[in-house]
This record gives sequence, structure tokens and C-alpha cells, in this order.
Amino acid sequence: MKAIKQSGLILFLIGLTIFTGTIFTGSFSLNSNEFDSFIKEKNYKNELIKDELQKAVVTSENINIFEFSSRVRNAYKVSNEHYEALITKYDSEKNWTKKGEQYQYKIYGKPHSLSFELAKKAGAGFAAKNPILMWLLTFGLGIIGALLFIIPDVILLGKPGIKNNGIFLNAATNRGWIGWFAFVFLVSFYILLYFYPDYIVNWVYLVDPISESISGNLASQWFLYGFLYCVVMTVMAVRMYIKYRHNKYQILRTTSVLFFQIVFAFLIPEILVRFEKPWYDFKNAFPLDYDFFFKWNLDELLSSGGFGLFILVWGVVLTIVVVPVMVYFFGKRWYCSWVCGCGGLAETLGDPYRQLSSKTLLSWRAERIIIHSVLVFVLVMTGFALYTFFSGADQVIGIKTQTIQDIYGFLIGSIFAGVIGTGFYPIFGNRVWCRFGCPLAAYLGFVQRFKSRFRITTNGGQCISCGNCSTYCEQGIDVRAYAQKGENIVRSSCVGCGVCSAVCPRGVLKLENGPEKGRINPTEILLGNDIDLMELVNNK
Amino acid sequence: MEHIVIIGNGISGVTAARHIRKNSDKEITIVSAETDYFFSRTALMYVYMGHMKFEHTQPYESWFWKKNRINLKKGTVSKVHSNANKIEFSNGEELSFDKLIIATGSKPNKFGWPGQDLNGVMGMYHKQDLENLEKYAPNNQVCKRAVIVGGGLIGIELAEMLHSRNIPVTFLVRENSFWGNVLPKEESAIINKEILDAHIDLRLGVNLKEIKADKNGNVSSIIIAETNEEIACNVVGLTAGVTPNIDFLKNTDLEIGRGVKVNRFLETNIKNIYAIGDCAEQHEAIGQRRPIEAVWYTGRMMGETVAQTICGNKIEYKPGHWFNSAKFIDIEYQTYGWVWAEPKENEARFYWEHQSGKKCIHINYDKNTSEFIGINTFGIRMRHEFFDKALTEKKSVQYILEHLADANFDPEFYKLHEPEIVAKFNIENNTNIQLKKKSWARIFSA
Ligand SMILES: Cc1cc2nc3c(=O)[nH]c(=O)nc-3n(C[C@H](O)[C@H](O)[C@H](O)COP(=O)(O)OP(=O)(O)OC[C@H]3O[C@@H](n4cnc5c(N)ncnc54)[C@H](O)[C@@H]3O)c2cc1C
Ligand code: SF4
Ligand code: SF4
Repeated sequence: MKAIKQSGLILFLIGLTIFTGTIFTGSFSLNSNEFDSFIKEKNYKNELIKDELQKAVVTSENINIFEFSSRVRNAYKVSNEHYEALITKYDSEKNWTKKGEQYQYKIYGKPHSLSFELAKKAGAGFAAKNPILMWLLTFGLGIIGALLFIIPDVILLGKPGIKNNGIFLNAATNRGWIGWFAFVFLVSFYILLYFYPDYIVNWVYLVDPISESISGNLASQWFLYGFLYCVVMTVMAVRMYIKYRHNKYQILRTTSVLFFQIVFAFLIPEILVRFEKPWYDFKNAFPLDYDFFFKWNLDELLSSGGFGLFILVWGVVLTIVVVPVMVYFFGKRWYCSWVCGCGGLAETLGDPYRQLSSKTLLSWRAERIIIHSVLVFVLVMTGFALYTFFSGADQVIGIKTQTIQDIYGFLIGSIFAGVIGTGFYPIFGNRVWCRFGCPLAAYLGFVQRFKSRFRITTNGGQCISCGNCSTYCEQGIDVRAYAQKGENIVRSSCVGCGVCSAVCPRGVLKLENGPEKGRINPTEILLGNDIDLMELVNNK
Repeated sequence: MEHIVIIGNGISGVTAARHIRKNSDKEITIVSAETDYFFSRTALMYVYMGHMKFEHTQPYESWFWKKNRINLKKGTVSKVHSNANKIEFSNGEELSFDKLIIATGSKPNKFGWPGQDLNGVMGMYHKQDLENLEKYAPNNQVCKRAVIVGGGLIGIELAEMLHSRNIPVTFLVRENSFWGNVLPKEESAIINKEILDAHIDLRLGVNLKEIKADKNGNVSSIIIAETNEEIACNVVGLTAGVTPNIDFLKNTDLEIGRGVKVNRFLETNIKNIYAIGDCAEQHEAIGQRRPIEAVWYTGRMMGETVAQTICGNKIEYKPGHWFNSAKFIDIEYQTYGWVWAEPKENEARFYWEHQSGKKCIHINYDKNTSEFIGINTFGIRMRHEFFDKALTEKKSVQYILEHLADANFDPEFYKLHEPEIVAKFNIENNTNIQLKKKSWARIFSA
């Protein structure tokens, strides 16, 4: 069994190495036909960019993606600088007509995204030519290796039951060198994905065949991400199934998040695209889905006929009605631990890291400040977006809606939710985003805290203050602080993962939905002591 | 301001301090020789097993003490000068008190076995024992085999700990079945099997004769009294029960027996000196309880109670219905009320075991009146409140079975065995009890 596990690890690492190495392979160039059709497709009105790009990419030289990217970015830069210089010149000459004319020649967009688009067409190399073979050598080996590593645990972990042996003695799960390595890898991955998509264009080739078979289109880096997300979740869900095979709550919950990720977040949107409908994830509720009320999205929905309208209405109803009503009955867990994609990744890929979340009072304070600031931020931004949509004005009180949206997208959407949210799993635990950042979680938290039937019941006086519950709470809730006082846990941040209850060696905790009365029950003297004393002290 | 000094920063001492703070402004000092901050002794095993780090076993962050104006003092108390209202530390320092609470806990029993003080022989009680274990049994290269002497709750925890690092364990148990003096034979048999299934070499009905050393004074083997068998080992764990940790009180005016003798107000024979937790011994046992109760919960309850008395609300220590819990490797155990190893004359039993052999419930009730006396459960979590109330209200065994769904505390979606349990009872007793559906109204009608 150990041998299988080790060979699995080796296969996985080989797959990972090939995957990483793929970035550096291939050569990128266009012939003039391909180039012309690209220019036509883009409909650039400016000649300079054509020349510059042609010089850069129509070549028989053997250039790699980094060189290619720098040439393309340079071409756009030269062209844009040229027209900016003209704008300044006409501006000083007060030649307004001429100045105005120049704007159409400027090319907007993030340099690396422009470069990605071109690179996607320009690649020639093993990955671009043999996507299926390369898929097998990267994804294939990775998946098989990971499964071979995970499945022997059915036997190696021993009988069903909580098996956390060695977690704090292991360099992977105790911020050791493996943890830091995983951290660097994940953070780099997210930085590449969000900010340097052209550098990972070779990866995108690998999933072209799959994308074509689902949506009919070639893959983008977002398709790659979606696909990888599903693969990682599925493999790590197998690990969850094995680790918690004695615990039906965990099994059902894992199945549920996996289903919603694969079907709702991945397949349905891609299939919608195949039928020329807007890409939409029906479970992704505003304000997590922060661009739902952006002008471009509303425009797209409104121009997509009845179906677009349906999405619009559903999106609003989801946030205003479905989400809070469900939280009232079941707690926010129904979303965060049973449905949400971010939660889904945290509960599968992130499960090995849950013990790393900080439990200090200080981090609780920080959490409340940060997460509520994000909520305010998203609401203000949405206010701006709606104002812009209805009034047509592109700025409010002198601030451009677009600027606010860009800042949010960069700081919160990319850096916080992605780079920090997932990249920091191996260091700060698996729910960094859900705990400190997610505005939807903040909203659900209010409902859960003040108007809900959900609580974690503490079983009378049975707690021995051992601390397993607090240690394994991914949300950094000091569960023990409540349990050892005989008090139910009613906290806005609890995502109802149920792991505190699972790891408790004394059967003290139970997640349940019951009457609101008596849900919050501060006690001083615990059950089991003198009845008269309890009466005297607890009811004073 | 009155100065309350508490010797011992375990659950009993700390609970007392917290409650005194809640109810008064008195100056409070907790003294301990073991650690700077309170930690949960019950969690020591998880540190060795790598489930937690030591700091995770500390229920309060370090700012807590300052914020609540509880002074912490590290040091070993060597004498109590009761007439001068002073305690003396081993380094000669002194500290005066107005009221003193002795909460010094227990220490592992040593029965004078030859070799019991060799290197590699240890109890599993204090933090230092954990450090010792880490030193002598870091892995199965250094420790090729460990022998555990004494089959109680701490013994099985130690076995599980060593097992988690793949260290072979021989487990010597004096009784003929694990914890057979406390548990009925059915439950005890389940645990025997659980231990053997974990490939722990369980030896029932045997005693330790002596521990032998190599030339460096390290443990090399043990000899079993009954068979004279010699078992080579590098570590010996002594877990044959605990005794109150009160040697430093000998030759004082305090009345001591096995523990510090206290009355129902937890007062010792000397005014203004109290004793609570593992080290306190009741003059007369309370109800069916033992005079010394070395469990977490009673330490906590005594702490809660003595704080009331010290803050002017003089109140007797009057623990409610007995309850306890433990985990035997993978099997969770809870108990409410009394289920003795052997039924008493007026008692009848109902036992159900799941086909897996890992879950069971055992109910004890009065043969004549059907009054419910207690329940043991393995592998099924039960609601403390439900049974506490049932015991107070003297419910019948029929009532318990009818309402098993209210009592169940397993996580959601778990398979429920109640219909099977009730059916078995009906067949055995020729009754027609119908299981009631879970009702929040009943659960909450406290
Ligand atoms: C491994 C293990 C597992 C356990 N599991 C459970 C369980 O699951 N459930 C349960 O109910 N109970 C359990 N117990 C028992 C429970 O931990 C004890 O009953 C409880 O901790 C006793 O608390 P206490 O406050 O009386 O004393 P302690 O926790 O022993 O605290 C006494 C403190 O006083 C200090 N002290 C003693 N003498 C002096 C002195 N002269 N000067 C200064 N300081 C001194 C000691 O160093 C110690 O720190 C377990 C015990 C152990 C060892
Ligand atoms: S309190 Fe428990 S259920 Fe809630 S998030 Fe923490 S571990 Fe999960
Ligand atoms: S895990 Fe259970 S016994 Fe341990 S501190 Fe938490 S609630 Fe208490």
C-alpha cells in the first residue's frame, strides 16, 4: 500500500513537472494569412499597429512565449504612445477636431490579455500540436498519481473514524517546507492566471479539445481554470470521501458542492454559450458575483431576449429572497458548504489546511472589519454601476464608475479572492477568502446571526476543553470557548462545515436547525452541577 | 482587598478563579509548578499524536489572565503555614493569602515496582510526561516496543498515542477484561476487541512484576508476575490509576486521608482553606459517587461551587446526575446516570448491540418500578439534557425508549438505530412501545 502511495506521488510530481515545464515550450509566430485574418477580425483602424504587430509576430524566427509576449506588448505600446503623443500635440495646439479623431486609434485592453489572444493563434509546438497527448501527460498523470496517492488511505488510515494523526508533524500541513512550496506554487499560478494569461497559453491548448466538445469554442484561460477547478475538486473530494467515510454529513456535503461546481459552475454556462446564450452560473449569487449589475452585464442580459431577462430576475430573486430564506431555515451552510464554488474548493483542496486558520481574538476583530468593509465596498460600487446604467453618466460625484469597478476587480476579485484566498491555503488555512473577504458571506452572516434557526448545540456539560473543535475550525471560530461554557455556537462566520462536530472526541457538538427560542443560551454554571445552583446563577 | 490564592492551574483551580472574578473584585493568584498557562490535560494525547500543537490545548489566550486580573505565579509550593496564612515555595519565597484553595490534582500511581524510576518509565499525567514520551518514544526506531501497565482510561489513551506512531505496544491489564470493574461485560468486550483490532498486544488478567534496566539505567524489559514472561521494551507507561498530589501537605495541620479531607462546602478542617478537584476527598461519599472523583467535570463543578462560597453565597457541593464520556480508539462512549459493571439486586438491564459490533446501548432500570437508572452508549451520541431531565423526573425505561429520537445527538443524516432498538426491547419484554418522532417542543420544554 505504501508503495502504491509513493508511486502515486511520483507520478503526480512527474505530471506536475511536465505541466509546469510546458509553459516554456513551443514557438510562436504567425504567417501573413493568419495575421491578416486576425487584423480583420479585430477591425483595427490604425495602420501603425498593423505594421508594428507584423514586424513583431510574422516571422520565421523561433521565439518562445515570453519573447513573443514582449514583442506584442511592445507593438501595442509603440502604437498607443504614438497616438498619445499626437493627442498631446493637438491638445497644445488647441486643435480639438484632430485631437478627438486620435482616440479611435488607441487600443484598450490589458497588454497581457491582448498578447494572449494573439498567442492563442500563434502557437506551434508540442502542446499546441498534440493537446490530447499532452493532456494525458499533465492532467492525466496528475489525476492518476493523485488518486494512487489518496486511495490507499482506505487501508493506511485504519478503520473509519477521525484520523488526524501527524497533521502537525507533517511539513505539508504544518507550514513546513512543503506547505511553503505549495504556497509559492499556488500564488504563482493565480498571478499568472489573472495577470499574465499569455504566459500560460500552452496550458490552454491542452483543454481546447474539451472546450470544443462542450461549448464549440476554443478554450480561454477561464475555461482552463474552470476545468482545472473541477478536476482538483473531484480528486480531492475522493480524499474527503475516504477521510470522512464514517460521517454521512461530510459525504453528502462533499457530493453536493462537487455537483454544483461541475454542473452549475462549469457545464451549464458552457452549454449556454453553445446555444448563444449569456455565460451564467445560476448559483453564483450577488454580491459574490460582483459584476452582475455592471453595465456590460445588464446590457448583455437585456439584449439576450427572454432568457436574459430570466437570468436577470433570477439573479435578483436569488440574492433577495432565496438566499436569506434558506439561511433562515438551514443557516448559511446551505450556501457556503453545500453549494458555493469557493467553499467547494476550500472544502476539498483546502481540507488538509483547515487547522492553520488563526483562532485569536485579534484575527476575529480583523475579520469583522475587513469582511464588512468589502461588503460596503461592493454595495457602493454596485450603486455606482446602477447609477451609470440608468443615467448613462459614466461618473458619479467626480469618480468614474469604471475606475471603481477596476479597483474592485483587481483588489478583491483577483488578489483577495484568488491569489490570497486560495494561494494562502497552506499558510493561513483554507477559508481565507470566505472568512475575511466574501461580501456574500458577510450578508449571509447577518442573517445567520440574527434571524435563523441554525445553531451548533453544545451537549450540556460534556466538553473537556480539549480544543480539537477550535483547532479544526477553518473559520477560526474558537468553538471551545462556547462549548466549555455549555453555550450554543451562534456565529455569523460559521459555514456549517460540521468538522468541529466530527472531530470532537466527546460528542459535544451538533449542527441543527430548531426553534429560535433558546438558540442563544449563555450559561454560567454548566449542566451536571447542582440544579438549584444552576437555577440561582443562570437565571439571575 | 481579600487575596485568594489557588494552588494548581488545572480545570478546578481555573474555574474557581474565573467564577470568583465574575462575582467579586478580590485579588486572585493562581500558582502552578507545571506550566505558565492553563491547558487541557485531557488533550495531552492529541499533541503527541500530531492532532494539535501544545498551544491549542490552552483554552484561553495569554491576555485573558491580565484582562481578568488573575495573577499567575509559577513555582512549586512546598509548605502551607496555615496559622500564618502563608504558603512557602521550594525556593523559600512566601506568599500570604486570606483564603487558600488547594487544587493540586493527581499524580500517577506507582506501586513500588522494582525499576519504577528508571529512564523511560513514565506516567501520562503532566506536561513533563508528554515531553518525556517525546524523548523516549519519538518513533519506532528509538522505541521498539512500549509496555503499558494499567487498563484505565489513561492507559488506553497512551496505547492509542504510541500506536499512532507505529510503536508496538503491549498492554498489561490486571482485570480479566478492559475496564471490567467499571463497565458491564458487553461493553468491556467491545473494547477488548477494539484494542486487539488496532494490533495492540492486550494481556488481560496480568500484573507487572518488575522493570529491568540495561547498563545505562534505561528500561530494557519488563517481567509479568503471573507467567514470568520477559518482554523487551524501551518505554514503560504506568497508568494504573492516580492519587491526589498532596505530599507537600503531610505534616501540616490539614486533615488528609488519601486526599485533602473536605466537607460538603469543600472546606478543609482549617478555616479559609478549601480543596477542590482531583485532590479533594469527601468525608462521606455523595450519593453513589466515590469520595475522590478524579474527573474533569467534577473538578469544574467544585470550582463553580467553591467560588460561590468564597464570594459570600455559601453553598454546598451538590453535584447533579452522574455523566461521563470517553473515547476508546474509534469508539465514543457516553454515560448518563449509573450502569454498574454488575446489576444490583433491584436492577434490570436492556442491551442492544449493532451488528458492526462497534455500537451499543445499555440501559439500567429498576426491575420493580421500571424507573430509569442510567445508560451507556457506544458509537451513538446522546443529549445530556434529555437524560439529565429524565433522571430528575424519574422517568421510566419505557419513556426513554419512546423518546429515543429526542435523545439522539448524532450528526445530521446519520443512520438512526432507534426502531431496531425499540423493537428489540419490545420482543424481550413483551411490550408494545412505539417510538415517538423527534419533537423540538419536548426537547426544549426545560
Ligand atoms: C491523559 C489524561 C486524560 C484525561 N481524560 C479525561 C477525560 O476524558 N474526561 C475526564 O473527565 N477526565 C479526564 N482526565 C482527568 C482530568 O484531566 C482530571 O480530573 C483533571 O484535570 C483534574 O483537574 P484538577 O484541576 O483537579 O488538577 P490538575 O489538572 O492536575 O491540576 C493541578 C495543577 O496543580 C499543580 N500542582 C500540584 N502540586 C503543586 C504544588 N505543590 N505547587 C505548585 N503547583 C502544584 C500541578 O502541577 C497541576 O498543574 C484525564 C487525565 C489525564 C491525565
Ligand atoms: S464552527 Fe464548526 S461548523 Fe462552523 S465553520 Fe467552524 S468547524 Fe465548521
Ligand atoms: S472538541 Fe469537543 S470536547 Fe474538545 S473542546 Fe471542542 S467541544 Fe469540547
